[in-house]
Amino acid sequence: MAHMTMGADGLRSVPALLARNASQFGSSSAYREKEYGIWQSWTWAETAKEVEALALGLLNLGVNEGDFIAIIGRNRPYLYWSMVAAESVGAIPVPLYQDAVAEEMEYVLDHCGARFAIVSDQEQVDKVIEVQDRLHQFEHMIYLDPRGLRKYDHTRLHQFSHVQDQGRAAYDEFIKELQARTAKLDYDSTCVMLYTSGTTGKPKGVVLSNRNIIETAKASSEFDSLKVDDEVLAYLPMAWVGDFIFSIGQAYWSGFCVNCPESPETMMTDLREIAPSYYFAPPRVFETQLTQIMIRMEDSGTFKKKTFDYFMAHARKVGPAILDGHNVNAFDRLKYKLGEMMVYGPLKNALGFSNVRVGYTAGEAIGPEIFDFYRSLGINLKQLYGQTEASVFITQQPDGEVRSDTVGVPSPGVEIRIAENGEVFYRSPGVFVEYYKNADSTADTKDAEGWVATGDAGFIEESTGHLRIIDRAKDVGAMADGAMFAPKYVENKLKFYPNILEAVVFGAERDRCCAFINIDLAAVGNWAERNNIAYASYQELAGHQQVLDAIQAHIEEVNASIAQDEMLSGCQVHRFLVLHKELDADDGELTRTRKVRRKIIGEKFEDLVNALYDGSTSVYTETEVTYEDGRKGKIKATLEIRDAKVSPASSQRIAAE
Amino acid sequence: MKDTEGYVTADGRQIGGTLMEMRNITLRFGGVVAIQDISFDIHEGEVRAIIGPNGAGKSSMLNVISGFYTPSEGEVWYKGSKRPPMKPYEVARQGVARTFQNIALFEGMSVLDNVMTGRLTHMNAGVGSQALWWGKARDEEMENREKVERVIDFLEIQNIRKTPVGRLPYGLKKRVELARALAAEPSLLLLDEPMAGMNVEEKEDMSRFILDVNDEFGTTICLIEHDMGVVMDLSDRVVVMDYGKKIGDGTPDEVRNNQDVIDAYLGVPH
Repeated sequence: MAHMTMGADGLRSVPALLARNASQFGSSSAYREKEYGIWQSWTWAETAKEVEALALGLLNLGVNEGDFIAIIGRNRPYLYWSMVAAESVGAIPVPLYQDAVAEEMEYVLDHCGARFAIVSDQEQVDKVIEVQDRLHQFEHMIYLDPRGLRKYDHTRLHQFSHVQDQGRAAYDEFIKELQARTAKLDYDSTCVMLYTSGTTGKPKGVVLSNRNIIETAKASSEFDSLKVDDEVLAYLPMAWVGDFIFSIGQAYWSGFCVNCPESPETMMTDLREIAPSYYFAPPRVFETQLTQIMIRMEDSGTFKKKTFDYFMAHARKVGPAILDGHNVNAFDRLKYKLGEMMVYGPLKNALGFSNVRVGYTAGEAIGPEIFDFYRSLGINLKQLYGQTEASVFITQQPDGEVRSDTVGVPSPGVEIRIAENGEVFYRSPGVFVEYYKNADSTADTKDAEGWVATGDAGFIEESTGHLRIIDRAKDVGAMADGAMFAPKYVENKLKFYPNILEAVVFGAERDRCCAFINIDLAAVGNWAERNNIAYASYQELAGHQQVLDAIQAHIEEVNASIAQDEMLSGCQVHRFLVLHKELDADDGELTRTRKVRRKIIGEKFEDLVNALYDGSTSVYTETEVTYEDGRKGKIKATLEIRDAKVSPASSQRIAAE
Repeated sequence: MKDTEGYVTADGRQIGGTLMEMRNITLRFGGVVAIQDISFDIHEGEVRAIIGPNGAGKSSMLNVISGFYTPSEGEVWYKGSKRPPMKPYEVARQGVARTFQNIALFEGMSVLDNVMTGRLTHMNAGVGSQALWWGKARDEEMENREKVERVIDFLEIQNIRKTPVGRLPYGLKKRVELARALAAEPSLLLLDEPMAGMNVEEKEDMSRFILDVNDEFGTTICLIEHDMGVVMDLSDRVVVMDYGKKIGDGTPDEVRNNQDVIDAYLGVPH
């Protein structure tokens, strides 16, 4: 490990890490991006030059210290450089979600008072221009892809490469200023500001210092011994803290290479070509992949299908044990080796996981079957628990102690405390500085001693020291009869079925629980195809009798499993309906990180919720939807409401005892 | 006389001088007169549409431009000189590329290979070199592949680069056809019903790409289309044909108010 240069005053900012990497790992790759069908790459030395040129260009445009620079676009090396260049000139980068609609952007741009924006293409330029009238502070915008922008008024609009060219041309004029500003950066200066996705209310700007980012990156890189020759694929939103830690924090600390896909549609191909050694994905990605594998195996020939089933059964039996280094008898090992040759190896190759040394999933609970599937293939998939306010890491699973139902032990340097009401608190060097322009919220979340409330309820398992999360603390409520209501717990159980994409369970202050279900079009569509069921639209498929039957069966299975749990047996789903549209972030029903916004959904579909509780068997509804281009439309539907069988509560258990 | 100076469009674009001129074209098949004494011109950088009811002779006109038919009477002037009767591949070498009404791609080949065929007119390595893929053939392929990749990037079909064309949906096939035509770096691009059979979303995509091509590369476009909304939005000038005759020529607004055109489309009481 090359961390010996950590001097008393060195490496106290991301630009300082860049300088170290340029001199120490100068000729190894820092960034790659597939463009024009070829992986273009930049070494650390080249990266340092590019960042410098951009930083000089920013000075030339008049960026002051303390200015905010919004960065909007998909993962591209240029935008990562923009973040580092912004910090180099003493400005604060604010990455935004590129799929946000104009109004959402307006709030954030207005809140941070960004004077500059660096964006990817015409689409983002248009959005920023659309809201510009209402923003008073806005000055210049820099874009990457000139396509379609030739005729725009270029008084405040600049092409990225021109800004760099101007920076290079003005080298002598500004280099002293740049060096002075970069030298001024210390451990407490702001590294980045990230907006939380806002499950409830308006997004909050989380200010993270160099100390937060570098200490976290250092501890987590050491935890998994990340090295300069590791490879990651950067495909998660740049506005999300995880991407910032992986693609900037850890990448700059360890010096590994960040690979950017060609386009979102080619992600899977690019993943296969790069075969990352360190990989992160939310559970949804793993779920989708598993669903696709299963669909394709269903469509394959008998021999292939049989071979797959046979070896996968074996993998499930011994795979995780082999991965954890437990004792497995020689015969099983041999059979696993054969399976590696026949099934696991090719499968991992097709998924792009051939070289994965460490893989993480976080953000949501992952289904045990999904988790075990990947681990049984020999992929070291682990869970971590974190949030923006902690610079990601709160707990993570060490190698050899991986389970699907815990989120691991506290990360190095993190202290954990469970409050009386079950809420999890933590304290660490990664704890955020403040919420920008929001002292009240900062005080609510972080106390004087630096303890931060996670908002999640959980407990620490005594035998292992692992943390287990039950639900969002504020979602955990009580039903009318006082029984505990943990909607997320039920929803997660439902979502583990491939047919169910999303579930929303209602029941707080009510006498029983009811649920909205979203079907997974990929899985259910394929099933319909195989069973010769014709459908013309999502809505039609969602309302199909056989689909409803299948969903009902899933819910009843979940009910039976919930009934086993004494504390939560009241959360069984009594009635449900399958929604006529997919829940969508554009309609405000999900956050940009695709988490359910329970309250908004409850209000928006109030008629449906009422119908669930008033005993009617069908309900007519009209829903407003927003198309991708921002236009609105209406969907009309009559939805069938079904009763699901409820298993008798813990009485069973009493009888058994 | 024709103006060869060019003009400025309603949205302020400068259109260049005459690129192609059809002078008194007549095309007969035996006793059938498909095109009767039609003259019009295409200026550099404009989007020129040819419209008309079924059987008006639009496709025949496009085939005359592309060299597939030799006109029975009349002259074709291209880039300032009269064009002698030519084979279609010779016309293609002169910088005229086209797409077809019924998709004419190589179904078993990948998108990339299909688009590469559009570069054929730009390759001239010998058979020996091609077979060994060495020396000139190799350099040429690399150079052409780079051009093709830019087109692929432009039309946003990176994700289907290696997919056999036969597996693609209709709308995408149309886009691949456009890519192949663009790969030839034409000075005149002929589009034969680029929107036929498309749904609204595909039409919107295609319209955007046509405008982008015209805007970014300055390619002159001549298109035949039935969808009036599309034609009126996209084109700078429109030729209207009916029963092989020209009944209107001008900007979309002029054509829309032309009584002959209205009669041809809606019919007149007898």
